[in-house]
Amino acid sequence: MSQIHVTTRLNGDETEFLCDAQETLLDVLRNRLGLTGAKEGCGTGDCGACSVTVDGRLVCSCLMLGAEAVGREIETVENMADGETLHPLQRKFLEHAALQCGICTPGILVAAKSLLEQNPSPTEEEARYWLAGNLCRCTGYDKIIRAVMDAAEEMRRAS
Amino acid sequence: MVKVRIWGSLTAATDGRSEVEVDATNLRELLDSLAQAYPGLQPQLKRGVTVAIDGLLYNDDWFTPISDDSEVVLLSRLQGG
Amino acid sequence: MALDKNAPETRSFKVVGSRPLRPDGIDKVTGRARFGADMSAPGMLIGHILRSPHAHARIRAIDTSKAEALAGVKAVVTRADFAAAPEGMEDVLDNCMAGEKALYDGHAVAAIAATSAAIARQAAKLIEVDYEVLPHVTDVDAAMAPGAPALHDGRSDETVPDGYSANVMSRVEYGHGDIEAGLAKADRVLERSYKTAATHQGYIEPHACLATMGPDGQADLWCCTQGHYMVRNTCAALLGMDQGQLRVTASEIGGGFGGKTTVFIEPVALALARKAGRPVKIVMDRTEVLRATGPTASSSIDVRIGMTKDGRITAADAELRYQGGAYPGSPVGMGSMSAFAPYDLENVRTIGYDVVTNRPKQAAYRAPGAPMAAFAVESAIDELAKGFGLDPLDVRLKNAAREGTRSSYGPTFPAIGLEATLRAAKDHPHWSAPLGPNQGRGVACGFWFNFGGDTCVTLNVTPDGTVTVTEGNPDIGGSRASMSMMAAEELGIPYEKVRTVIADTGALGQNEVTDGSRVTFAVGLATIEAARAAKREMCARVAKIWGIDEEAVIWEDGAAKPAGPNAGDYPPMTLAEIAAIASNTGGPIAGHHEVNAEGAGVSFATHIADTEVDPDTGATRIVRYTVIQDAGKAVHPAYVEGQFQGGAVQGIGWALNEEYIYGADGILQNPGFLDYRIPVASDLPMIDTVILEIPNPGHPYGVRGVGETSIVPPLAAVANSVSAATGVRMTDLPMSPPKVLAAVQGQQEG
Repeated sequence: MSQIHVTTRLNGDETEFLCDAQETLLDVLRNRLGLTGAKEGCGTGDCGACSVTVDGRLVCSCLMLGAEAVGREIETVENMADGETLHPLQRKFLEHAALQCGICTPGILVAAKSLLEQNPSPTEEEARYWLAGNLCRCTGYDKIIRAVMDAAEEMRRAS
Repeated sequence: MVKVRIWGSLTAATDGRSEVEVDATNLRELLDSLAQAYPGLQPQLKRGVTVAIDGLLYNDDWFTPISDDSEVVLLSRLQGG
Repeated sequence: MALDKNAPETRSFKVVGSRPLRPDGIDKVTGRARFGADMSAPGMLIGHILRSPHAHARIRAIDTSKAEALAGVKAVVTRADFAAAPEGMEDVLDNCMAGEKALYDGHAVAAIAATSAAIARQAAKLIEVDYEVLPHVTDVDAAMAPGAPALHDGRSDETVPDGYSANVMSRVEYGHGDIEAGLAKADRVLERSYKTAATHQGYIEPHACLATMGPDGQADLWCCTQGHYMVRNTCAALLGMDQGQLRVTASEIGGGFGGKTTVFIEPVALALARKAGRPVKIVMDRTEVLRATGPTASSSIDVRIGMTKDGRITAADAELRYQGGAYPGSPVGMGSMSAFAPYDLENVRTIGYDVVTNRPKQAAYRAPGAPMAAFAVESAIDELAKGFGLDPLDVRLKNAAREGTRSSYGPTFPAIGLEATLRAAKDHPHWSAPLGPNQGRGVACGFWFNFGGDTCVTLNVTPDGTVTVTEGNPDIGGSRASMSMMAAEELGIPYEKVRTVIADTGALGQNEVTDGSRVTFAVGLATIEAARAAKREMCARVAKIWGIDEEAVIWEDGAAKPAGPNAGDYPPMTLAEIAAIASNTGGPIAGHHEVNAEGAGVSFATHIADTEVDPDTGATRIVRYTVIQDAGKAVHPAYVEGQFQGGAVQGIGWALNEEYIYGADGILQNPGFLDYRIPVASDLPMIDTVILEIPNPGHPYGVRGVGETSIVPPLAAVANSVSAATGVRMTDLPMSPPKVLAAVQGQQEG
């Protein structure tokens, strides 16, 4: 079975890879490109642990084929911090203890960043509905929502 | 002698008594004495028990001291999640 | 040296009780943390497990020849590749790889290692299993009925009376007093039956492992688990290896809640690696997690409670029937012990039956066995209180267990916090807040034991005066931070000067699994003792330097000091100063502590839930929720709150949505997160928390475990709330919209 050659922009860098036709973007990221920040919690788009953005749009990378990445801009959790400087969401997640086990955290951070890009002043309800596609089993979401709201406020003040 | 309370379904092995007395100064002696005095308890003791001594829970530590006025209660082996 | 002997309640803390950032935090917000599936090895093969499509079937034969002939397949294993399990491990092995029978939908029957996942899956289709399909049973009451299809013959233990089906594995009975005499004194005796569905822990990280084994018999295993020492011991036994030859490294763990306290894929990966001579990685998918790991028991419970019209319980009686899947070991014993534990009762009895069915073997789930029992008991008490027009908190206060109460399961309680949680609930603004239309308020109490167990900690002082704590319990919710805090507290140095690492099985002695809310208690205790040992050593070194007796040196605020004016006048030596010259004073400085930590303290909680039920759809919304729990001592209050909130929300899911749904064919109908619906962010309000601190006398800082109690009250708190909102008593979980709607409509028609 011949593989497909894909050229894409990943976290700002032009990236090439070969993949099988049926391989998901998540599998490509994790198994071929060494980016294991996105997690597979379900493989069916129900848990959001594999969240990435594609051309700025939030997607479950388990529901997209690797071959579909051709010519796209892919952003993953690995690119959220600017060198040593954490993104405000990352910092607020730590300050608010918004993670316990941490498996859902990369997906939730990517999703929350996408929320704040589209809506810098979400209400609590808007944040809860935006993040409804990201399952967390440890926290009951309380501290996650607080961290997102706090980060949003800080980012608004800074802008 | 230490008074030991046992749970209801074990009383079949103790002539219906829910409290028995055995000689013991620590957990190991307690379990050995029970097994000896009441052979019917042996299958459960082999499966495992937790022992409450003065309200605190002990599983395995043989040399946990027990005094004659300690409150000692046998419990099903506990497991957590 | 003189050590701090302050009783926990009088002690003031510098680090404990603060909220520092966790040491693994940066890794977890940047995607760098390595979880079970994030590891790979050169030459690695991918393992895949073939699972039974039948609920119950005899395996007549397995032909793997076509799969083995497929290009890229490097090994195929079946039960024939495992030796007979040692005594007591037979069920664990049989659950990992079926022997004579497949006992549930999803039971592993063979496994393949191949050069890619696609080839391994293709090979699975080429394995021919000759099944003789047998009658099955998945409901607990049906399984107990005489004539029910039997999973095992002759395995009922001596506690089971005659006349029960072969699926009843054991019977327990707890209690004291005279039930019938007590009931006779009641103004009302309520008899109710309750049911709860099986639910899954629902950790977001599926089980994953990477195994290597050389021809010399040495093996390494990387896996996500709540206890890598347990994994080592179990896998070594099942593969016929020496424990010392198998090194297990725990990955970061993406949730467990009890579900990762046993093995499923780990022995299979090792067997494949042994046969193939190459590393083998197995990662479950979500369907496998739901079909073939360890959900909790479903239950069927009958309760009889007698109450006087002023709210005193005169007798309480319950029969609990739990199915724990295909092998003995449902948590019915703990359900029976915990059912009435919050109450001071003269006459109390619980009878529990452990029943097997054609479902996956249950594993522990957060306070195993207790939430279902509390659902039944707390619902019944609520109904009685309401019937007499009494405040349900007042009724609970009137009957609350206190210090000196003989508990329903036997022991007399030492100082406990139930009454404090009830009073805090009464005083909380939530309790008196107004309710809107279609809204109701419910309250419930919960109890859990908490455990200790085998624990090792080594604390090393580096030459520059920083400290590393090495422990053997996977950190599932911030425990590395808590250990660093306790070490810093004890040594009198800043939190930032301590780093805690989870060692592999080669580094420490035996450690009990991260379960039973034991880690902050037991590993914390060992960390404190290891720090004390290091302090003793440092005081001894300083005594030598000063030329005075060891007894004349004390440790205070991170430094060795003369014990008093008589000891001499020496400037204090800090930990860093002592560490810098350790080579000159006897060599590196360390403290270690190995213990079977006994003496864990029980804990209690009271929860208040407000719900709103849509009368047109039966959908329930949680409007407000408050958790009040005794933590003994909250080491890192943010993580204590997190445990309270997480447990409450898992309980809310159990109450409202989550259930294992089996078809008439015995096949699981909803093995995915779309249909097995756990709570999402938009389902919930903020979860308020109140931390009470009634110190546990068994721990130097007063710590009680906090992780499990929080899942015990929510089932009943939510059910009592929904019942208040609808006017219909809900006795069957989950209270999914169709069920609530039917109840509401039934009431309107009736």
